[in-house]
Amino acid sequence: MNTLKVLNIISEQDPEIFDRIDTRRKAMHAFSGLGKKIALISAPFMLGTVLNKAYGQSPSSSVIDVLNFALTLEYLEYEFYLKATSSAGLIPAGAATAAITTIRDHELAHVNFLKTAITGSGGTPVAKPTFDFSGGNGTGTGPFAAAFSNYQLFLAVAQTLEDTGVRAYKGQAGNLIGSDDVLEAALNIHSVEARHASHVRQMRKANNFGDVKPWITGKDTGGIGALVQANYDGEELTTQAGVNIINIGGQSISANAASESFDEPLTTAQVLALVDGFIAA
Amino acid sequence: MTKTNDQRQIQSDFDLQQKALGRRKFLRNTGAALTAGALVSMIACDKDDDNDGVNFGSGDFAILNYAYALEQLEAAFYIQVITTPYTGISSAESSLLTDIRDHEIAHREFFKAALGTNAIQALEVDFSSVNFNSRDSVLMTAKAFEDLGVSAYNGAGRYIASVDYLLLAGKIVSVEARHAAYIRDLLSNGSFADSTVIDANGLEMSRKPRAVLDIAKTYIKTKLNASSLPA
Repeated sequence: MNTLKVLNIISEQDPEIFDRIDTRRKAMHAFSGLGKKIALISAPFMLGTVLNKAYGQSPSSSVIDVLNFALTLEYLEYEFYLKATSSAGLIPAGAATAAITTIRDHELAHVNFLKTAITGSGGTPVAKPTFDFSGGNGTGTGPFAAAFSNYQLFLAVAQTLEDTGVRAYKGQAGNLIGSDDVLEAALNIHSVEARHASHVRQMRKANNFGDVKPWITGKDTGGIGALVQANYDGEELTTQAGVNIINIGGQSISANAASESFDEPLTTAQVLALVDGFIAA
Repeated sequence: MTKTNDQRQIQSDFDLQQKALGRRKFLRNTGAALTAGALVSMIACDKDDDNDGVNFGSGDFAILNYAYALEQLEAAFYIQVITTPYTGISSAESSLLTDIRDHEIAHREFFKAALGTNAIQALEVDFSSVNFNSRDSVLMTAKAFEDLGVSAYNGAGRYIASVDYLLLAGKIVSVEARHAAYIRDLLSNGSFADSTVIDANGLEMSRKPRAVLDIAKTYIKTKLNASSLPA
């Protein structure tokens, strides 16, 4: 097992990424408790000032790290859908094929957009990794080995990749504060991934593959189970910025609705650990 | 804190302005906690306003109030949808539209709580252009609101200074995008991310705050003053 495979790939372009990520993670951890307290007394300016000092003048290389991280995930998604749409008999003709084709083409557009953005920022796009969509780290015999012959399994992996992609982009937003155009582009991709997630979840529901809604309830995998539980852990949050969302303001808001109302981020390290099984080399 | 004459004069001017805007309650709740510096900056902001209407405030408060206004609009809409369901609504639609109503209420109440005394007032909505008996009318309006909401959050991110609030906006916008895709698929399956909202680079559109409010104001009776928001 090599949990840092993607980081190693990126570090070929940026030898200092390990130091940078580690420093930033420490900083984020130090600020997270402070943020909760400050949010309660409504002083976002103060927090903004502190964080602008930490990140505002971030060297463009750290923005390029974010873009290369995003590019790696987009390569993964695009290759996954490309392989699926090339697998005869996997996806039913008609609406299902049309939807997956739409999603595949968006992922390809994201790959190309990010490559251009990285080059335009003076960086070098990372090379496309070799993927193992069985989730077997290159053995080809992982738990998802039948994803391109079993439609139910294919949609389960698609849902997980999309929901995780949403969490991954969300987790990078703070690293892009002050890089307005890159931040906005990342947000423009982020909401597209959320639309994909919503539709794939509807496809699973329509096929009775899972009791699943377009949004994430608690940390429920929608019937996929333990294999992907880690991709949903943390989504069950019902407190935001120190404010309890359950029955907030005297309204009748259940714990389920409270968790559904906010999608939760993942850190770079969390995402890399989650997708590691899909990276062969 | 002992006030200087200048500070008292500032307080007095501020009182008069707030009274004119009908926001006495706002002042009573916040006045004691504000420093003179904050008062001066708020007055400066008010003096820039060349018209009346609900003022969003400045900095991150303005953006949060802007989001609060949009969430108020969405919540009010779905409350009406569930109170007077359209003809032929299915149980699945009723269930998921109730979920959406609750999500929007949660968002609305979250912003209200986060803004505290800086929150704008409750807005009066105008849904006279919507036929709540008609599935098409309701879902077309829902689609417009959800797409608008996503483009609004996408466009507002760059104006948020606080990393905490940027992340919170990110947590909300993806839920709005999930709503948007669902509503679109109800109207026309497969239209969850079509070329009317996604460009050739695979990027969803952004809208600037004032452009969003220009569209939203059709549904908001309360007069808004967007002068402190980015154009």
